[in-house]
Amino acid sequence: MTASTKRNRLFLIAALSAVAVLAIAALLTNIFERRQEARNPFYRVVALADTTEDPAVWGQNFPHQYDDYLKTTDQVRTRYGGSEGVPVTPTAADPRSVVAQSRLEQDPRLRDLWAGYAFAADFREERGHAYMLIDQQLTGRQRVARQPGGCLNCHASIYRPFLRAGEGDLFAGFERLNRMPYDSAAAWVSHPIACVDCHDATTLALRITRPAFIEGIRALKASQGIPDYDVRTMATRQEMRSFVCGQCHVEYYFKGAEKRLTFPWARGLTADSMLAYYDGVGHRDWTHQRTGAAALKVQHPEFELWSKGVHARSGVTCADCHMPYKRVGALKVSDHHVQSPMLNINRACQTCHRASEAELKARVEEIQDRTYQLRNVALDALMALLADIEAAVRTDSTAPGVAQARGWQRRAQFYADFVEAENSMGFHAPGEAGRILGLSIDATRKGQVALRGILTRPPSVGAGPR
Amino acid sequence: MRPTHLLLVVAAVLLGAAGGLGAFTFAYAKGGSYLTDDPSACANCHVMREQYDGWVKSSHRAVATCNDCHTPHTPLGKAVTKARNGFLHSAYFTFGGFPVPIRISPASRAVTEATCRSCHAEVVDAIDPGGAAAPDQDSCIRCHASVGHWTR
Repeated sequence: MTASTKRNRLFLIAALSAVAVLAIAALLTNIFERRQEARNPFYRVVALADTTEDPAVWGQNFPHQYDDYLKTTDQVRTRYGGSEGVPVTPTAADPRSVVAQSRLEQDPRLRDLWAGYAFAADFREERGHAYMLIDQQLTGRQRVARQPGGCLNCHASIYRPFLRAGEGDLFAGFERLNRMPYDSAAAWVSHPIACVDCHDATTLALRITRPAFIEGIRALKASQGIPDYDVRTMATRQEMRSFVCGQCHVEYYFKGAEKRLTFPWARGLTADSMLAYYDGVGHRDWTHQRTGAAALKVQHPEFELWSKGVHARSGVTCADCHMPYKRVGALKVSDHHVQSPMLNINRACQTCHRASEAELKARVEEIQDRTYQLRNVALDALMALLADIEAAVRTDSTAPGVAQARGWQRRAQFYADFVEAENSMGFHAPGEAGRILGLSIDATRKGQVALRGILTRPPSVGAGPR
Repeated sequence: MRPTHLLLVVAAVLLGAAGGLGAFTFAYAKGGSYLTDDPSACANCHVMREQYDGWVKSSHRAVATCNDCHTPHTPLGKAVTKARNGFLHSAYFTFGGFPVPIRISPASRAVTEATCRSCHAEVVDAIDPGGAAAPDQDSCIRCHASVGHWTR
């Protein structure tokens, strides 16, 4: 071996060793970093109290959750939901430069369905939580009708305002703000929903802050033979992962002169039992402009429809799909970017369902396509009923068939709107959504035959053979 | 000192550094644990923590470790599978780019299917005379998904 070959070999060994040292050092550093990740560090940089309203302050202790919470400003469409940013020219009355697509323009039948009610003036696809307050303040509905202060129960972070208005008494503040007109009540609030609305500041546990839910779930449990139910002490941790959402994503009405926000659950959570409740208390939301029927408007009954579906039955909560766990380093956090699971199929569905994203999306959309078709059948039928009653009223509004037909319209409309207003296009409980739309179509049919002199009774939805 | 001697010293120092740092890294990363059947070795990296926690609560905890189900029941197959998965898992965990929740690869699924059938041969033979030839059509965990580690 010559001296130069020997030198070359030594040089090569030295160079390779240097590379190996670098690579091993890099690997060691990486392993060290992964170890650090796994230590779940939590830095308490601010002291949180029940009075801490500003979510940015909570965000100092919980940056991952806060970052995701801020993402609810995103506007992404799904086939039947989500929201699409529609650019508009800001005006003095409405400074928004982006709104969501108008559902009334997408489906003009809805204008007829709600004729004479504020929803016929402006109804848009819901945007994310971040927009709940501004979209409520600037909706066209505010311009055509004086909206009640009770709207803010769910369009603002209202836990602290309730306590302030009630001087420490949550229920007193609730009652006080309910009685106010919208603008006066709005002066009490400043944020969309915030950390303090769902979390206890010291334990971070989920908690209930809306009196209407406390009363509604108590009435529901009483109807199931459970007296004096207090959701604040008796709900399980898993139940709370749906109950906190059920404080707002529900059907409701403003009861009596004091406009008390009330969930119509005293007879149960199905569309039928809620309609029976409204019939029992003689409530109407408005008188239908074209037919004179005592009409009802259903509002986003997600909690109720979900409760009749297989996911609820299997113990799957709202948060499991809409706020699924995600990994940040080694931390497991629930995704506070509340959104459609269709935009997050991997985490939302595939944790349980071992099928491809495309397959799961197809399954959901098949359910939604079917519901949508049935909904269209129900709405078309209702349009025919509205025209028939309108014609009959013009001829003789006191004819016996007209009163009956108006009653059937109220039912048909409530059922169709129940599925229409619910934000899953039937997915939360496919069979139940189909059953409700079937009831709607049946009621429309009975309304039409009533005008032809054939009086019928409400359908018998018996328990079925045992 | 002659240039060749200087180079010799440099090469020796670097070689020693690589060896020493390598040995330290091996020990720090609990490299030796991967030569055992101890399930806690599989959870050395936090990415497997949920699977490990699930196994601790599972019915198979008393009778099977990770390796009993996830490596073939032959010495050579076991070594090859451990080497292959060890390399891939380390590479993915170091460089990232894997989907979460993590999912088993088709090759590893074939291994678990075979190990189920190896221990439960008597039961399986009675219901599936076709054997493991078409595991997708008749897979044990299609129905018994929770036996190993329920992570839902």
